[in-house]
Amino acid sequence: MRDIRKSLVDIVGERGVSDAQEELWFYSRDPGVLAPHRPDYVVAPKTTEEVQKIVRLANREKIPVVPMGNGMSLAGLVIPLKGGIVMDMKRMNKILEVNSMARYVVVEGGTSQGALKAYLQEHHPTLRHSIPDAPPATTIAANVSLHGQGRLTNQYGFNSDMVTGLEVVLPTGKICLVGSPSIGPYWISKGPTLPDLSGLFLGWLGCTGIITKVGLKLYPNKKIRDAELFVTDRVDLIPHILYKLTHLEMLEDINVWFQPKPLMFLGNFHITIFFTGDTEEEIEFKRKMIWDALQEYMDSKDGGFMAIQYMKSVLLEMPGRNIADFADVPKGGGFEYSGPIAPIEHFPQYAAKLVELAAKYNVLYASAARLISGGHCMMFSISFAFNRNDPAMMERVEKALDEAMAFALDMGGIPWKPNFKEQKMTLEKMEPNARNLLLMIKKNLDPQGIMNPGNWEVNS
Amino acid sequence: MHQLKFDQKVCASCRSADCLLKCQYMTFSGHKEAHGEMMKIMKGRDSRVLTECMTCYACEEYCTRGNHPFYLISERREKKGMFTAPRPITNQWINMTQMQGKYLVGDVKDIALSCCYIPDLGALGTGEIFRDVASAGVFGAEFMCPAVHTHFARMSVIKERLPVVIENYRKLGVKEVICLHDECYGTLTSIASAYGMEVPFKPVYYLDYVLERMKELKEKIKPLNITVAYQRSCSNRLIPDKLPVVKKIFQLIGVKAPKRTYQDENALCCAEILRSISGYKLADDVVKRNIDDMLNVGAEYCVFNCPACQISLSEKVAKRGLKPVHIIDLCKMAIGEKERGTA
Ligand SMILES: Cc1cc2nc3c(=O)[nH]c(=O)nc-3n(C[C@H](O)[C@H](O)[C@H](O)COP(=O)(O)OP(=O)(O)OC[C@H]3O[C@@H](n4cnc5c(N)ncnc54)[C@H](O)[C@@H]3O)c2cc1C
Ligand code: SF4
Ligand code: SF4
Repeated sequence: MRDIRKSLVDIVGERGVSDAQEELWFYSRDPGVLAPHRPDYVVAPKTTEEVQKIVRLANREKIPVVPMGNGMSLAGLVIPLKGGIVMDMKRMNKILEVNSMARYVVVEGGTSQGALKAYLQEHHPTLRHSIPDAPPATTIAANVSLHGQGRLTNQYGFNSDMVTGLEVVLPTGKICLVGSPSIGPYWISKGPTLPDLSGLFLGWLGCTGIITKVGLKLYPNKKIRDAELFVTDRVDLIPHILYKLTHLEMLEDINVWFQPKPLMFLGNFHITIFFTGDTEEEIEFKRKMIWDALQEYMDSKDGGFMAIQYMKSVLLEMPGRNIADFADVPKGGGFEYSGPIAPIEHFPQYAAKLVELAAKYNVLYASAARLISGGHCMMFSISFAFNRNDPAMMERVEKALDEAMAFALDMGGIPWKPNFKEQKMTLEKMEPNARNLLLMIKKNLDPQGIMNPGNWEVNS
Repeated sequence: MHQLKFDQKVCASCRSADCLLKCQYMTFSGHKEAHGEMMKIMKGRDSRVLTECMTCYACEEYCTRGNHPFYLISERREKKGMFTAPRPITNQWINMTQMQGKYLVGDVKDIALSCCYIPDLGALGTGEIFRDVASAGVFGAEFMCPAVHTHFARMSVIKERLPVVIENYRKLGVKEVICLHDECYGTLTSIASAYGMEVPFKPVYYLDYVLERMKELKEKIKPLNITVAYQRSCSNRLIPDKLPVVKKIFQLIGVKAPKRTYQDENALCCAEILRSISGYKLADDVVKRNIDDMLNVGAEYCVFNCPACQISLSEKVAKRGLKPVHIIDLCKMAIGEKERGTA
């Protein structure tokens, strides 16, 4: 083991490696409810070559490697379930290229959402990327590794759909370029019109390789952003309301949320509708289209728009911070959510299940669903807050989340950023040939099973 | 439960029916029709007024015979299970304003300074003008006038909560409550009296207080020499006798408020409630007419008396070149406590 530490130091230098107990303590856990597990080493490479050397070493020595961004998935995805090396990617944080005409950016595998946002604001104010509501220190590569969603997901799909090319260090230590960069200098397509190899890495939670570069689509950054907040107390109307809104084909993002606290939110479902424009006329036109689309619900008194002037600045924040506030309602600052991807028509059933689970396990709930690709599906977040200093409460939340995922799978939903237990449940439910295909891919790419072991573990 | 005092005989013999004839949101062919609709409402029958009324409060002012047409309309609507605004918005207001024991009480002795349940009022009730009472602030749902529920035709909420609010003040042992919001003063005077609720302290209208203080601070006043348009609030309709105070304050601080088409009895409201009840079309029209009118008289500032109107209209007036300012801040500007245009 001593030699391993030394070998790691040889690769990244003394300051890039740690096996100090206090640091391992931090790297053994994430903010969710899953039990911690200690890694043996933490290593923070600065270059692709260093990543390669570390992976080669791990492959030779059969040591697990867990790539880590900011460790904020809440699903324990960077908890080193089988020990080994946690590879903290945050020092690989360069923004390598912006092609403003082709509207894409190439970043290193540890670049954070916040860094890219700030960079674009300063250097390319007419461009933006799809910012998730995760804390700004979370990383872009991690987000596409788990098929994240952001502010532009309603318009353009999962954030991973916006990838325009990858550089990956395979579990053997080889570098592989995926998409158009494998042919020429332009990062314009992750797959099409070639066989789309990006699927070997996106959604794999670091189990098939380490992303060292990501090409990402950028989109027009309109001068004005605005929001409306529609509320209804009839959950059965939500799918219809969303259908009408998505039919407009002009909205930036649509989030549906409900929670029992504070009291003003009790009993209602809230739909935050974000839209953008370059002029006041464009904004007012869109606002009228939104109001017109939902007028019938106002006339029937079933729904209405809230006056939101006093909360608009909070609503328009990117990332939105109010989700995290919820974590502190029971004090002790913990929350975790499972976010199945489901058809919008199932919103009422999911909502009922969430309330049922919260009552059954005596925990505080909240939900915020995000529409994906103009309404083909939604991410329905099943969130529970807990006190980190209350193990019994954490256990109840864990059980509630397990049950929620079983329900989602029964309903034909698919899990988003599933923890290792949810992955198992999903694989059990999966059609056997599809499961075998996953197994083939995993075995071929990672013959030693060193990449984030315990996750997407397919047994034949 | 407290009952609305409504003298049916007074209405039956009314020759004006001004309550409805002057209404800005409904038209009637003449006295006969308007009076007829009022009679229907009185008798608990269906009336188009019950579906068309926009809850602007104005008929409380238009009726000069001591009856309370707007409260009656709201009572009847609730009895029939009707909603003015969408149901979820109505219930949200009821939930949001529930008393939960989360209130603030300052150093209250004989006088309390009511900040209602509006955080902005706390910042307004400060400085030299409020020197003697700023520390006696009270804030929270426990001290909030529930008048807003008239907009939603939920008089039952008012009847249930207002006695508790009055009792909460009584328990503080105050002799006077200075109301920083027209709505509170209107509630403790107009609504409380309409429902026969006794108020065991003296409600003081904040602009009366401000006027007296500004007279005391006369030496410090540097006339502002500006032209303004005054945005009258809906709840000011409950206390029309207080309208002249604004003019007196303007005079004292050197502010011109040229005569507008939409002022005093003919004032247009901030339109937020119209938006909530019927959608943007009517609301946008009202806001446009209102701001056009402000600009037509050459106003540089739009002066508010109600924080809710201010929140609703500030951005809209600012986009058209007017500076939004609360009347207290305007007074603070006159005595050099606030910079011009920064309010
Ligand atoms: C308050 C809050 C709000 C959130 N809102 C959103 C939201 O709106 N949208 C959203 O998508 N998510 C959201 N999340 C979840 C999560 O924080 C994000 O998905 C975030 O992008 C995760 O980034 P990270 O850097 O923390 O990932 P990590 O937790 O570090 O990693 C996530 C996964 O990616 C793998 N990984 C990390 N780096 C690499 C790499 N370079 N190569 C290969 N694999 C890698 C890890 O092994 C792990 O499996 C939210 C979380 C919180 C706490
Ligand atoms: S409410 Fe007043 S104005 Fe209206 S009819 Fe009755 S008495 Fe006349
Ligand atoms: S409250 Fe206003 S809208 Fe309603 S009847 Fe009275 S004057 Fe008309």
